[in-house]
This record gives sequence, structure tokens and C-alpha cells, in this order.
Amino acid sequence: MKTLAKHREIWLLAAIVLLIAIIALRFPVFARPGNLLNVFNDYSILIILALGQMVVILTRSIDLSMASNLAFTGMAVAMTNAAFPEIPVVFLILMAMAIGTALGAFNGVLVWKLGIPPIVVTLGTLTIFRGATFVLSGGAWVNADQMSQGFIALPRIVFLGLPVLSWSAITAIALFHLLMTRTAFGRSIYAVGINPTASVYAGIDVGRTKFLAFCLSGLVAGLCGYLWISRYVIASVEVANGYELSIIAACVIGGVSIAGGIGTVAGAALGALFLGIIGSSLPVINISPFWQLAISGSAIILAVVLNARGERRQGRIILRRAEA
Amino acid sequence: MTTDTARHIPDRLDSPFRSAVFSWEMLLVLVAIAIFVINSIASPYFLNAWSLSDLTFNFTEKGLIALAMAMLIIAGEIDLSVAAIIALASTLMGMALQAEADTPTLVLIGVGVGLLCGAFNGVLVTRLGLPSIVVTIGTMSLFRGVAYIILGDQAYKGYPESFAFFGQGYVGWVISFELVLFLVAALVFWFLLHRTSFGRTVFAIGNNPIAAAFSGVRVERVKFILFCLTGLMSGIAAVLITSRLGSTRPSIAQGYELEVITMVVLGGVNILGGAGSILGVVLAAVIMGLVTFGLGLMNVPGIVMSIFIGLLLIVVIALPIIWNRLRERSA
Repeated sequence: MKTLAKHREIWLLAAIVLLIAIIALRFPVFARPGNLLNVFNDYSILIILALGQMVVILTRSIDLSMASNLAFTGMAVAMTNAAFPEIPVVFLILMAMAIGTALGAFNGVLVWKLGIPPIVVTLGTLTIFRGATFVLSGGAWVNADQMSQGFIALPRIVFLGLPVLSWSAITAIALFHLLMTRTAFGRSIYAVGINPTASVYAGIDVGRTKFLAFCLSGLVAGLCGYLWISRYVIASVEVANGYELSIIAACVIGGVSIAGGIGTVAGAALGALFLGIIGSSLPVINISPFWQLAISGSAIILAVVLNARGERRQGRIILRRAEA
Repeated sequence: MTTDTARHIPDRLDSPFRSAVFSWEMLLVLVAIAIFVINSIASPYFLNAWSLSDLTFNFTEKGLIALAMAMLIIAGEIDLSVAAIIALASTLMGMALQAEADTPTLVLIGVGVGLLCGAFNGVLVTRLGLPSIVVTIGTMSLFRGVAYIILGDQAYKGYPESFAFFGQGYVGWVISFELVLFLVAALVFWFLLHRTSFGRTVFAIGNNPIAAAFSGVRVERVKFILFCLTGLMSGIAAVLITSRLGSTRPSIAQGYELEVITMVVLGGVNILGGAGSILGVVLAAVIMGLVTFGLGLMNVPGIVMSIFIGLLLIVVIALPIIWNRLRERSA
């Protein structure tokens, strides 16, 4: 089973390399390491968000509110920075993570304690958090000249040849990989997704595990709230509007099963990168950016079709073993 | 848990009167009346035939889709692509307009594109056995993406005079064509879901698809039909919206899918499938219209309204759960 899962990430990696190769045939500039690192940096935020979403989807849940959480947290941090420029950025990042986690915990409590389906809860909070962003800011923007130098500079600081923003994605990938493969919490996430009933008998609190998964996706969304605002240097109500679908798309393309229990950190990260390569190659190959939506839609459908085949094959193998 | 329920099995079922009084629909009626009263007190412009007529435009188009969506969700599936279907159908109507199509052709194209999009979703879900939530997230991007490819940042305008009737016309006095269409559709869907064997199979599939299949229900075919119906209603909504706005942009009806699903869930349809009623969905549509129109009269911006809609969704679902918990604890 593990080799099968491994195969999926390798296929996705091969698809990405092939895609880059095809583009490079006509436009060699695109495949230059410098440009590819830029693409990675541009989509670092999507990668981090996809990792948080993956954990939630693994527990048979879904978090539609991540983009709204990001917008609210980003606005809160930007306004704090504009009002009190003397507060150090490190504190603001901690604040972003705390607010994000609190919003995620709100989702989690409703799922855990009241048993409301996650899609309903986060459909509600999707609009509530975005509306709250408007109430918080009064519809006003926070512009570049209102933000402090340190606030804007941090993700751009180059360290060992890569900007801090890229390093945050790399660190997130490493931490999530450790979390999912080397901790009891990570194993219980998979267990809850694969078989909730068996998980209960194994002594796992299913509701609490889902709650913690939502806290984690909230924390990640909060962190990305800061990263987004400082990268694009503008905080408005419209920030990341509709981005929740890109996050889920990255997971789906990365082989995370919407039915829970199946998916890896490498897959989710590669799924986000795949979307990144498509998004950033369109201007290079002179296709109107208006094509991007349709292309990523087709990629999602294709990915689901391919994933479903893999999962079905896996199912048959389990069945045969049971018979033997 | 199981022993608890076993102990509480009643000697007889609730009387029809009692179950009607304590039903979800009754709760919705009370909520609707409360919001109606609050609106009338809060704004002097509310209690007026034309205001109330304008109010109906807030829910008729989304309500039409919600009727079909309710059946789809009861059968255990979901369609997130409905707003994107509207965008694609409206864009293709605009293209036909450039080719000088007349009004009947425009309507046929709008409705036909909706039906085809629904069938496309249906084929992907039933023929290839894919999860509908992911499929329709994909087609949501695909359908709207095609609209963006065709239109870019342009817009189609100049729909013929006769086309304006569908979204702006009145059947008589303050009764709009949209409202009549919604009420007729509600009756048709009520009959289909609650009075036909097809409707019974929809509930059966939602409660237990495997048992339904063994009972001789053609599960995949019923689901396919439901996807087609949802697409069809989205196509009809596309005609109404395009006619009401008199123009087409690729961003048309953005975010409608969430409002439609909110309506369905608020209407008492179980998001996990197997339960729900058309009456509930109609009441939920009216409530959403009352809330957004009332807040609009008080000059509350649309984005703040969305907070109320979101809270309404969560609170209305959470309250009965908390209420039942408290009752169990005291019993």
C-alpha cells in the first residue's frame, strides 16, 4: 500500500517535470533555476495552506473558511502594525498564529461538540470571517506606506540564496512531514480518516482529533495571513477571495482523498506546485491569464479521475487479502 | 447511547398534529414571522406592496436552484458548480446574441447549456464513480473558466426588449414573473419529491444507497437525473438573471452556490442526505430574502449581511442540537 501511495507522488512529480520540459522546449527562460525558485516562492503560501487543509481532509472533514480566516487575520495584523509600528514583527506573527488558531478552534468546537457537518460549519464561517474582516476594517485598506519597514521586509530577506517566504514553506513541509509520520497525533489523523469506528476502539477521541486538525488549519491560515499581507503589501477585505478552492484543488491534485485517510505531505505540496507551474507559465507562453481558471478546473477533474482509479485498485487488493 | 434510545422508544408515534407543530418547518415559519415583524418595525418602507415585491427578487433565482439542489443533497450528492453553470449559460447566451439570435433561441440556449452542464457533472459522478464535491469543485472552475476565456474582461449587452420580461416582467399588479415561476416550480418539485415513486427512491438512496440498489432502485440513473435537474434549474436561473441585469459578465452570480446550499440546509435538508422537505426549502428561501432585504433597507452593506446569513446557518442548525441535549440531560 505504501509503494502505491509513493507511486502517486512520483507520478505527480513526473507530470510537473514533463510540464516544465514542454514549456522549456519553446521558452527555455522558464526552466532556468532562478525562475523556478521564483515560482516556488510565489506559491509558498499556497503550499503552506494546502498542508493545513490536507490534515483536515484526512480526518474526513473540509475547511472552506481558510481563505476568510487568512483575510481576517491578515487585516488584524496589518491594522495593529499600522497603529503601533513599534511592536516587533515576531510578536505580530505570533498574534497572527494565535488569531488564526482561535478561528480554527471555533470551527473545531462546532464540529466536535455539536456534531455539525464540517462543510456546513465552514460554509458559515467562510462568510462570517470575511464579513468580520469588513466590520474590523470598516471597508478601508491598509496600504504599503502605513506598514512598518520590518513588517514588509521579513519575507523578502534572503537567507542561503532563498527568501524567508520560501524557507517558511520548506520548514512547514518538514514540520508537517514529521508531524504526520513521526507522531502519535499524525497517526491518529490517518486512523480517524480511514476508520473512525475502529479509531474509537483504539482509544482515539475522534471528535478531539478533528478539533485539533481544525486548530492546525486555522494556525496555518493565520500565519499565511501575515505572509500574504507582507508579500502583497496591501490588506483589504477582498484578500484571497475564493482562494479556498485553490487550496482544496492543490490537495485533490496532490492525491489527498476527499473521503479521508489517504494523502501525504509531499502530495499536497506537489499539488500546490503543479497549480503554481500552470499559473506562472501562462504569461510566459503568451496565453491569456483568463485561461487559468479553466485549466486548473480541468486539472482537478483529471486528478480526481486518476486518483479514483488508484484507490479502487487498492480496494480490490484489500478485498483479495481478506478472502485469502 | 443505544441502550438510552431503546429505553425511550415511545408506545405510539406522535399524532400528525403534534409532529406538525414541533416540525422544522413550523420553526422556520416562526423565524420568518419574527423577521417580518422586526423588518416592519425597523423600516417604514418595508410594509408596502412594491417593497415586498422587490423582496421576492432576492430569493427567486437562488430558490429555483435550491429546489433541485435539495433533492440532490437528499440523495447524498452535492453540486458546487451551479453558479459557474449560470456564468457559462449566460455567456453562451451573450454569444448567441452577437449572432443576432431571437428571444426564444436565447432562452433555449440558456436552459440547454444548463442541462448539458448538469449532465456533464452527472456523467463524471455516476459513470466514473467520483465524489461529487470534488468533481463539482473542478467543473466550477472549468465552467466559469470557459466563460472567462470567451469574455475576458468584456461584457455582453444589448439584450432584446422582449427578453427583459423574464427577469423584469410582471404577471399582474406586483406579482413578478420570477415569483410565479418559483411558486410553480416549488409545486412541481414538491409533487416530484413527496408524491411520486421517483421521490421515494431519492430518499431511499440518501438513507442507504446499497439497500436502495438491492431494492431494485437504479441508483446511478436517479442520481444522473438529479444532476441534470440541478443543471436545468441553473440554466433557468441564468435566463432570469441575465434578463434582469440585461448584461453578462464572467463574474455573474459569483458565490451563489454557497447561498443556495445555505438555503437548502437552512430548509432542514440533512447535508448528509436522506431527509428534507421542499416546504422547508421554500420557507428558507423566503427567510433569506427577508433577512437580506430587511438589512438592505437599513443600509447594511452586503458583506455585513453575509455575517447574518452565516450565523443564521450555524445557529439554526446548532440550536436544535443544544436544545435536544438539554432535554436529554433533564430527562
